[in-house]
Amino acid sequence: MENALNKQAVSDDLMILNMGPQHPSTHGVIRFVITGDGEVMQRAVPHVGYLHRGIEKLAEGLPYPSFVPFTDRVDYLAAMFANHGYAMAVERLLGIEVPRRAEYLRVIVSELNRIASHLIGVGAMAMDIGAFTPFLHGIREREKLNDIIEELCGARLTYNYIRVGGVSFDFPQGLDAKIRAFLDTFEPLMEEFDRLITVNEILVKRCANVAVIDAETAKSYGLVGPNLRGSGVDWDLRRDLPYSAYPDFEFNVCLGRGFRGTLGDAYDRFIVRVQEMQESVKIIRQALDGLPEGEIKGKLPRKLKPAKGEAYGAVESARGELGYHVISDGTDKPYRVKIRAGSFNATSIVEHASRGLMIADLVVLIASLDVIAPEIDR
Amino acid sequence: MHFDEIVARLRERFGDLVGEADEPDPARPSLLPGVFVRADSVTDVCRFLHDEPAMAFEHLSCITGTDFKDSIHLAYVMTSYVHRQVIALKVKLDRDDPSIRTVEEIWATANWNEREIYDLLGVYFEGHSDLRRLLMPDDWVGHPLRKDYQEQPDYHEIPTTRENPLGKY
Repeated sequence: MENALNKQAVSDDLMILNMGPQHPSTHGVIRFVITGDGEVMQRAVPHVGYLHRGIEKLAEGLPYPSFVPFTDRVDYLAAMFANHGYAMAVERLLGIEVPRRAEYLRVIVSELNRIASHLIGVGAMAMDIGAFTPFLHGIREREKLNDIIEELCGARLTYNYIRVGGVSFDFPQGLDAKIRAFLDTFEPLMEEFDRLITVNEILVKRCANVAVIDAETAKSYGLVGPNLRGSGVDWDLRRDLPYSAYPDFEFNVCLGRGFRGTLGDAYDRFIVRVQEMQESVKIIRQALDGLPEGEIKGKLPRKLKPAKGEAYGAVESARGELGYHVISDGTDKPYRVKIRAGSFNATSIVEHASRGLMIADLVVLIASLDVIAPEIDR
Repeated sequence: MHFDEIVARLRERFGDLVGEADEPDPARPSLLPGVFVRADSVTDVCRFLHDEPAMAFEHLSCITGTDFKDSIHLAYVMTSYVHRQVIALKVKLDRDDPSIRTVEEIWATANWNEREIYDLLGVYFEGHSDLRRLLMPDDWVGHPLRKDYQEQPDYHEIPTTRENPLGKY
């Protein structure tokens, strides 16, 4: 609070309001200092760093493979992507090939994880607005996904599954059928979910035309993933800078179109996530059908010592481009690891996008950006 | 546009301001290609890379600051939506008094990226609109991502280290 007061001259009729760091609608420990004229905000300034654990610094003291479990903690709702981005950057640094079966397994678990993360994203957004039931529908489905992934790698949140050179475990017997069974029940459930909340007039009225971010602003602030696509920018790393096995699959890139209001409003970002889950189902089906036989781990030297150089591995996470910039100095430990995460940019736009919003709509803005605190602070 | 062509275009436009550029490594084709420019030309070069239709680097993915013990390097990792390409633009800064012009006017996201680098590496950004620490507390001493960083023993009388309970075994 003090910083905000020192930084700006506050006239008498403006009110300063603190929101967070402990607040159910900030999705983690983030603090917003709101300067408002009654109910209308002049700005909401995000204060971050409460979850700063120095993961980038820790990386400098660990051998390359030992850093993988730490990447889980970068994004605990979608840890597969965090594993994948790091593994990809190190593989590029080493110049090694990953077996096809491992790439397919990576795609399957990533897309399962995307569904799980988006369920929380859209569910929590509905909950922040006041509809509690859809959140529980989301949690129930995510629970099934957690069970599936637990059967695969033994962990429900911090997977440590995608390793440098491949993945840690092959599918146990019968998991294929379990995933298919889940997808079969999930699709009709999505229709139910849509009837319950997506086309719900109260939600639409609450989100449409609120917190509009136009395409130019979205690009300038470096928004990524569903937030960028919600503003109508046609960009998806899975299609545009293809990695892993994604070129083998057919899927649509879902864009905001101003479905019930202006292009780039909170409702567009919401509906892009709902549609992306359906695309993920398509990708998983194709990957299960075409799953090749073979190794799940590439041939790696006993000690990973990439030659000097820099690599950037970026994946399309549930929150957009999650990139690792790894710099090697030729030893067995990375010289520098920089993690570039979608929530960092999404939080930075709050100060701009909150101008002139109602205080109650700040919750809609934050929820529609699907911000997660550990990704901001790392 | 191939990375070599981008470097050639930069040399043609900026001459001596452009320094060494990475050569492709046949054994490792997917490395991130980078090119050095002089620190005082960074805004002009970034403006060129952003505005020129043949480049169109509209997306600043991140700015990576690294302490190389004799100097501090910043790498501006940027993506072109139109040409589907990622490159890094690098600058070398004096380690004792690192200072560079902000690129906030070109990409708004530079605001937070530069605050993070100011916080963790102690690089000063001239012309930045709001240069405060981002992740560490405002009254923190030192810049943690520097290689010679020593953590202060306590912060507001809270010790920053703890005895290892397994140490005596």
